[in-house]
Amino acid sequence: MVCESWKAKLDTYLDGEVSEDEMRSFNVHVRTCPFCSVDALTRVQMKRAIQVAGKRYAPGAEFRKRIQQRIAAKPQRSFRLGWMLAAVAAAIIVVGTLTSAYLGTRSGKDQILSEIADLHVATLASSSPVDVISTDRHTVKPWFQGKIPFAFNLPELQNSGFTLLGGRMTYLDQTPGAHLIYDAGKHHLSVFIFQERSLPATLDKDPVSPKQLTFNIETWSQGGLRYFVIGDASTANIDRLAKLFKAAS
Amino acid sequence: MPHFERLYNFACWLTQDRQEAEDLVQETYAKALKGFSSFQPGTNFRAWIYKILRNAFLSSRTGLKATATVPLDLEGEEEAVPAVEETPESILLQRADGQLVQQALEELPVAYREILLLCEVEEMSYQEISAALAIPMGTVMSRLSRARKALRSGLQQQFAERMN
Repeated sequence: MVCESWKAKLDTYLDGEVSEDEMRSFNVHVRTCPFCSVDALTRVQMKRAIQVAGKRYAPGAEFRKRIQQRIAAKPQRSFRLGWMLAAVAAAIIVVGTLTSAYLGTRSGKDQILSEIADLHVATLASSSPVDVISTDRHTVKPWFQGKIPFAFNLPELQNSGFTLLGGRMTYLDQTPGAHLIYDAGKHHLSVFIFQERSLPATLDKDPVSPKQLTFNIETWSQGGLRYFVIGDASTANIDRLAKLFKAAS
Repeated sequence: MPHFERLYNFACWLTQDRQEAEDLVQETYAKALKGFSSFQPGTNFRAWIYKILRNAFLSSRTGLKATATVPLDLEGEEEAVPAVEETPESILLQRADGQLVQQALEELPVAYREILLLCEVEEMSYQEISAALAIPMGTVMSRLSRARKALRSGLQQQFAERMN
């Protein structure tokens, strides 16, 4: 009876699918039972014979290569897809960066121009818009000496229709500069001069959009200095004063 | 390529045709790659890929023919294994060369052949076989037992034929 119960489990035992306790019990039994030991040996031989006979077919080198190529092709697609995604991501980053840079540029530029407009308005609204009151450029220019870290030339205005009213020190983006005020008929124009290197180098990228500012404004760089001409005068007058300054520098 | 040689060997045993086996292995890898997302990490990869190969085989022309002529589920057929005279198997196996065993395996129904190969050649656990063949553990044990009996019976018949 004991052997019969073991015999039913013999394959399971030889397949290693019984519990550790059963395995130990069977090990003890099979050493003392000649019938079960012979039966177990026979089944082990059968298992080995199937194992040897079962390993019959080997793939050819050509087939192996073909499968490898096919498998390699799959990751390649993923690889290509990965590259495409990476390229798209890179493009998004580049576009994003450029857009940010552009917007930053735009915002930086707009910010500068807005500050220039604010300075212009605030000065004109002041009860004492200028610190040096003179129509003579040879008086106004020396007044800035020692106050700002650069020198500049003021144009000769005879028969130009513009009149120099005076000047004052100003600051833009924590940078000292010169603020000159001119009279053009019934309009007042401001000319701001700063060192170019202290300002964003993007002010010349786009033409100034008059719609974004209620004033007309022109800006340019010359001799390491950044000039702004701003006022509610016509663009023609703004441009004319700008040309006078360009000619003088 | 994981399990390439073994999958090819198993495919050859199932199809009995090298060209079909190549197609089967190729299809298996294609399906495995395509459906790799369905593989759950932590589960048995070997059982998973064998299951793909077997399913591909069962849906192939050869597989359909094999399962149509021989019922896949032989557990209910008590007399599926022909009764043969008992002879000492150890003597039989000593005399039987590898070719006889291969021939006996070839002549087994697919359901017996595959479970024997998975157990003895691939050395899969019952649990792995259960997963690969999508059958309960109890069925694994009973089918294995019947498959072994059928193989022994086939070997005895072949040996007897050789002697005559």
